[in-house]
Amino acid sequence: MPLKRLPDKAPELTAFEAGYLVSPNGEWRSVRPVIDMERCVRCGQCYLYCPDGAISPEISVDYDFCKGCGICAKICGKGAVAMRKESDYAQLHQRK
Amino acid sequence: MSARDLDAREFFFGHKACAGCGGSLAVRIALKVLGERTVAVLPAGCMSAVGFNFPQLAFTNNALITPFAAAASVMTGIEAGLRRRSVKNVRVVGFAGDGGTADIGLQALSGAIDRGDNILYICYDNEAYMNTGIQKSGLTPHGARTTTTPHKGSRRPKKDMLAIVAANGVNYTASASIGYLDDYMRKIKKAAGITGAKYIHVLAPCPTGWGVNTDETVEIAREAVDVGFWPLREYENGTWITNRAPSRPQDLERHIKRQGRFKIEKRYQED
Repeated sequence: MPLKRLPDKAPELTAFEAGYLVSPNGEWRSVRPVIDMERCVRCGQCYLYCPDGAISPEISVDYDFCKGCGICAKICGKGAVAMRKESDYAQLHQRK
Repeated sequence: MSARDLDAREFFFGHKACAGCGGSLAVRIALKVLGERTVAVLPAGCMSAVGFNFPQLAFTNNALITPFAAAASVMTGIEAGLRRRSVKNVRVVGFAGDGGTADIGLQALSGAIDRGDNILYICYDNEAYMNTGIQKSGLTPHGARTTTTPHKGSRRPKKDMLAIVAANGVNYTASASIGYLDDYMRKIKKAAGITGAKYIHVLAPCPTGWGVNTDETVEIAREAVDVGFWPLREYENGTWITNRAPSRPQDLERHIKRQGRFKIEKRYQED
């Protein structure tokens, strides 16, 4: 776990600053949701049902915290969410 | 309530729950409905294990872990302390798993209901001790395989927690499902407006323990209501209301067969 982003001073109470996140969960993923904004009607169901809160109310995916469970793709009434293999994106990065 | 009425901020974010976790969805939505001025109390269980990974804290509001058997007692203490210090407009909410509610924390919950403390107790029911590796709890349904009932599955029926808390004299109790979040959000909002002890029991499937895919948890929670496996009920002022009648009871067999926990090996099957 990378600890380099810890604050210099220890907090006064028992807990670190609220919402203080050290490590993202994005690397857990084997598939990633890709939202087709042409088909999306902004109903917000994917935002509502995401267990991680990784989809914003404006319907954009936070790939640092998305675990790739695929609930958004199942709940979408318009079929606007596609689950794509994460390996495709890794190859894309390698070619760059 | 709909997605648009919710607080856009996240109060339970970056947690280390498994992908597709039903319990984390229940906690996330409850905190979004209740808002910032909420103290969350979590006994030992999945949500305390994934929310408080030192030095990380996944809660943006105040939250603390309690001893396993003491969730409701700690909520009582926090509520009394806030009242003593004249801190107004703060809600105390507890998130306990099914083991922390129906087995280990039942005595504390009964005491808190008996005293009439102004608390909201939410049980996220994933139907076994999932955090420690799927051991049978008092809320595991009959026939479900766990690591402590490995061959034939649980031999005992599921405890009726709603009837237990209603018999204890709770002010408001309801069952909910993460498959119907509009209903769940309405019940939390309603419970937040009631003074006294409130209890909400939300079915939160666990993909690991139930043997379903990570993208099926919401679907299976919705299906459990539709086939009559988990009726959505409310109890208030001594009367029971059913919120949603099972719409397709004929699919019960399919609902049970698609879950890996109900698959019993042939040599252990009874005639």
